[in-house]
Amino acid sequence: MLMPKPDEAVLAKRGEIIAALRGIVPGEGVIAEEDEMRVYESDGLSAYRQMPMIVVLPETTEQVAEILRYCHGEGVKVVPRGAGTSLSGGALPLADAVLLGLGKFNRILDIDFENRAVVTQPGVTNLGITHAVQDQGFYYAPDPSSQIACSIGGNIAENSGGVHCLKYGLTTNNVLGIEFVTIEGEVIRIGGKHLDSEGYDLLGLMTGSEGLLGVVTEVTVRILRKPATARALLVGFASSEAAGTCVAEIIGAGVIPGGMEMMDNPAINAAEDFVGTGYPRDAAALLIVELDGPEVEVDYLIGRVREIAEANGATSLRVSENEDERNAFWAGRKSAFPAVGRISPDYMCMDGTIPRKMLPEILRRMTALSEKHGLRVANVFHAGDGNLHPLILFDANQSGQLETAEAFGGDILKACVELGGVLTGEHGVGIEKRDLMGEMFTEVDLDQQQRVKCAFDAKGLLNPGKVFPKLHRCAELGRMVVHQGKMPFPDIPRF
Amino acid sequence: MASTFQPSDDSQVLEAVTWALAEEAPLEVVGRGGKRGFGRHLQVDHTLDLSGLSGINFYEPEELILSAKPATPMAEIEAALAERGQMLAFEPMDMGPLFGKVAGEGSIGGVFACNLSGPRRVKAGAARDHLLGFNAISGRAEAFKSGGRVVKNVTGYDLSKLITGSYGTLAVMTELTFKVLPAPEKTYTVLLDGLDGAAATRAMAAAMNSAHEVAGAAYLPASLTSRSDVSYVQGAGASITALRLEGFGPSVEQRCRELREELGAFGALEELHSRNSARFWSEIRDAAYLTAPEETPTWRISVPPAAGHQVLAKLSSELDGEGFLDWSGGLVWLSLPAGDDASHESVRGAIAVHGGHATLVRAPADIRASVPVFQPQPAPLAALSARVKDSFDPKRILNPGRMVAGS
Repeated sequence: MLMPKPDEAVLAKRGEIIAALRGIVPGEGVIAEEDEMRVYESDGLSAYRQMPMIVVLPETTEQVAEILRYCHGEGVKVVPRGAGTSLSGGALPLADAVLLGLGKFNRILDIDFENRAVVTQPGVTNLGITHAVQDQGFYYAPDPSSQIACSIGGNIAENSGGVHCLKYGLTTNNVLGIEFVTIEGEVIRIGGKHLDSEGYDLLGLMTGSEGLLGVVTEVTVRILRKPATARALLVGFASSEAAGTCVAEIIGAGVIPGGMEMMDNPAINAAEDFVGTGYPRDAAALLIVELDGPEVEVDYLIGRVREIAEANGATSLRVSENEDERNAFWAGRKSAFPAVGRISPDYMCMDGTIPRKMLPEILRRMTALSEKHGLRVANVFHAGDGNLHPLILFDANQSGQLETAEAFGGDILKACVELGGVLTGEHGVGIEKRDLMGEMFTEVDLDQQQRVKCAFDAKGLLNPGKVFPKLHRCAELGRMVVHQGKMPFPDIPRF
Repeated sequence: MASTFQPSDDSQVLEAVTWALAEEAPLEVVGRGGKRGFGRHLQVDHTLDLSGLSGINFYEPEELILSAKPATPMAEIEAALAERGQMLAFEPMDMGPLFGKVAGEGSIGGVFACNLSGPRRVKAGAARDHLLGFNAISGRAEAFKSGGRVVKNVTGYDLSKLITGSYGTLAVMTELTFKVLPAPEKTYTVLLDGLDGAAATRAMAAAMNSAHEVAGAAYLPASLTSRSDVSYVQGAGASITALRLEGFGPSVEQRCRELREELGAFGALEELHSRNSARFWSEIRDAAYLTAPEETPTWRISVPPAAGHQVLAKLSSELDGEGFLDWSGGLVWLSLPAGDDASHESVRGAIAVHGGHATLVRAPADIRASVPVFQPQPAPLAALSARVKDSFDPKRILNPGRMVAGS
């Protein structure tokens, strides 16, 4: 992965930058020793590592603003970092950049049940928000699998999802407001406890912008009343086609499950070997359909889903009768990644999305690609929204296998785009999918996105090298070729 | 010479914008024209009339998506969805009646350009939460796309959010793909009689905070109830606090019983069933109680839900206005007596302590030319927004000044 060439002039004045940052953040907030910086050298995409130039851990918005103002003035790059759980390298350091960690922004500021909102600092974990409100029966809906560790600020950067997105939306649908600092050090607040933010929807734009537009220093999220009850069905099928049709028919019947997950046979067996909660080992595909809401509704919908599953030739079907059983249904799915980790020295987790109806087709293509590349693949999907997580099994110690796995992953994502889907459903582009952006977007599409970046960061100092395959100077992007003015389509009606 | 361009496809839109860019001749971008009176008053010579870009491109009920051209009438989209038992969950307002036009004439492009959402916004989100992807021509006369046709997508910046609610000032949308959802089998509305704004807000919060999945919470002061076409509301003679429950039959009935029990302490209760419920919520959605007289300035105010009743009470009494609450109190609709500045300073002053913003949805053109229609922003945010505008439309040829003077 080619990253922007480090700026020698910046590296040469490292000592000066350290001193300046120590002037802003006193004490242990500036880390410059290699040993101590080691923990920051990668994020959740651990195949890629890079020592940062300096790590700074501010505690206040004013400090963040001063740091950014200083870096902007000196032409120093900045890589923001939350909890460092990104699966796409969004928080991968750069050799000539200051790594700005928001870990000390770890307080919840306001819990407001009347307005169903929580105001929090960005370093609070996703699950930390739910923990703060659950005694009153509330929760924060998006639940990425890293929710115990990932920060809400990072969730905003990545627009994180989870298994309940189909019904409850992604991060972007659950955030009401933010305070963020621009690279020029200006503090901007958008939204709040009211529902629609004003002017251009910069809140929506910032969410999922992967740390390229600004540094979030405060977040207001909406919280929801926990559903009264949840029950799940565990349904096995003899073919992925039958499972795919079942998924389509459930939604076609007007049922929106809280979660709808699918696993293929290799994933079923890996999970069963690992936790052994009674998944049908012979099934080609397994569906977990969770229905949540008022008890009477859940019971009613369980019946409807059961009918649809049986009509589609379910080979096994269990319905959870209590919380233990429901949790057992999920245990295999939730441990799918470590389970696969046990049967293979290494695995690579991909993250494309396809239109739901293309599930059987993408599985067929993956089988063919698996043969072509000579590597195994296990599949878990968020079937309800067509988000795939193929796990490519390989051994990094065998020469060439990492590269083969990367090529296999690239082929899968290209197939997703070909089938009408996208490169990434919830993990982000980061560095991992950066060079595949051209599969989905034209130069014009990407240039327009980069012009938006220029509106926030004209010098390109915030998290460069991520998301966009080619870096352009803003002046170059701003140029326009104006075609000579001729009256358009003279032969059509005009009045 | 003033011209109106009526392109019939994307390439003709591109041609028109290319011409406007070369001539630096600003365009007013119009779908079906129903909302021309919304936003700052535009003074441009040329019109880009998109009415020729109309029709559904594809509708896949099992994928929960629909794709349409920008000037597709809402009536056409709603009919197609109804046939398959689906809906636009964000329940877009029909602004026609508020602007003295017939209902059902708005376009899907207009709905997204103005980010119009109705009572279900409290549960299902806004228009901006439903646009999955779009194709457009930027003010640089370049065709580009963003997003896609799937819900879970974080590939690149989410320009669908940015284009929604940009009032045609960034790019001309030529194709929109959005999420649709199953329509509820049954809808009941629980009504509480005679509460004041504060008590109504407590009742709405209690309902929203319950596990009953309330999909609409509105408050109609006694002075407006007689304007309803729903006979029970019309004859109530007291304020109405309304809570909507929808979904599968047995679930709605059960939740309705439970909610009534829980809210018993708030006073007299009544129930509206499906047909009357639908009529009532479409009145709330379209601000039907405030449509006449047409010259009265009308504000749409977004505040924290618990604060809406205070804003409504203060402005009603101080400015002799009238209005009601939607979004569990978070949306205040307010009509004021005709005047020369729509009392914009008082309105914005009243919400300053709570946070939020006010939009002057309806007012005579001269007032919309002199008064900030949209909430003025602090300087750094305004400057950033102007740079975002420039990144799409550097020569400011698309609806210039629709949102902010000079940009």
